[in-house]
Amino acid sequence: MALPPLDSPQWSSSWLAFGWGLRSVTQTILTLVLFATYLGIGALAHDSHFSLLWALCSTLFVWAGPAQIILITTLGSGATVIQSAIAVTVSAIRLFPMVVSVLPLMRTPTTKRRELFFAAHLTAVTLWVECHRFLPQVPRERRIAFVNGLGFGLVSVCLTANTVGYFLAANLTQTLGAAILMLTPLSFLFSTARNSREAADVVALALGVLLYPLAAKMNSGLDILVSGLVAGTIAYGVHWWREVRA
Amino acid sequence: MSYAQLIGDWQALVVLFVAGVVPNQIWRMLGLWFGGGIDEGSELLVWVRAVATAILAGVIAQIVVQPPGALASVPDGLRYGAVAAGLVVFLLTRRSIFAGVVTGEVFMLAGKWWLG
Repeated sequence: MALPPLDSPQWSSSWLAFGWGLRSVTQTILTLVLFATYLGIGALAHDSHFSLLWALCSTLFVWAGPAQIILITTLGSGATVIQSAIAVTVSAIRLFPMVVSVLPLMRTPTTKRRELFFAAHLTAVTLWVECHRFLPQVPRERRIAFVNGLGFGLVSVCLTANTVGYFLAANLTQTLGAAILMLTPLSFLFSTARNSREAADVVALALGVLLYPLAAKMNSGLDILVSGLVAGTIAYGVHWWREVRA
Repeated sequence: MSYAQLIGDWQALVVLFVAGVVPNQIWRMLGLWFGGGIDEGSELLVWVRAVATAILAGVIAQIVVQPPGALASVPDGLRYGAVAAGLVVFLLTRRSIFAGVVTGEVFMLAGKWWLG
């Protein structure tokens, strides 16, 4: 499926643009990755004793895979609400520059801030990547509708995947249930590695994985925060050192 | 499937909003309100992104090292081996997420089957 040319009557209304956004969900391999990830999140929620409604609400209102996994994993392993909230909010800071950089792509001189509300909510790494790919082919005054359609489609795919994953975890044999839970670490490890552009990103990812087991031995309840802060700061040090030398 | 599994209790939903929705959403809304004038390459944001990546890496490690539910039935070595095998194929295929995930899964299932 190719998007119609910029001057085509196919862009004459917001609803048509919404429809093109919705159909674009089928045009990206990332939809498949999201499906697998949210299948895993549904299964993770089941095996961590959360309800299906809870899992669906987390997808609808949080709409950020890393934050959802951090939330389920920390709450599920007995962290307090405050500890989980801190880990989630640190993981979510990256959404700020994403929103800041993606909204100008769809803003026109007459755009009101509230018209961008859903686009801001839907912004996460997948949408951010796809906006940069698709939006140049969409007339500027139809871009908000297009993004809302694309986001609506992606959220629907993920809610479906959550439900399927939840029921599979409840009904499958232990081995297949384990396979679905394993989707989460694998898909996040590789999609984060793929998005790593700088040496600092790679160091943060590798050290973050390696330092966690050490931090967990301290048994402070803040394991994830401790290993994340230490590994992230070392990674930043590597970035800084390379900049100074360059 | 019971009522508790489908709906759960309202306290859990309150925790979801306090620990999950608000701390996550606040950054998007700040981006919406104060967007513009923020340099994506600024030093503070580089550090923040590194810490956020490392936290996510820690969570990935936690799921593999201290697995929840059914994943705990898979021996330690097999889980680590699955991640390692997936990583090798991911790198060999010029960073194909799909190839890495499929390899990790096949490795784990084959190992489980072979071990009986």
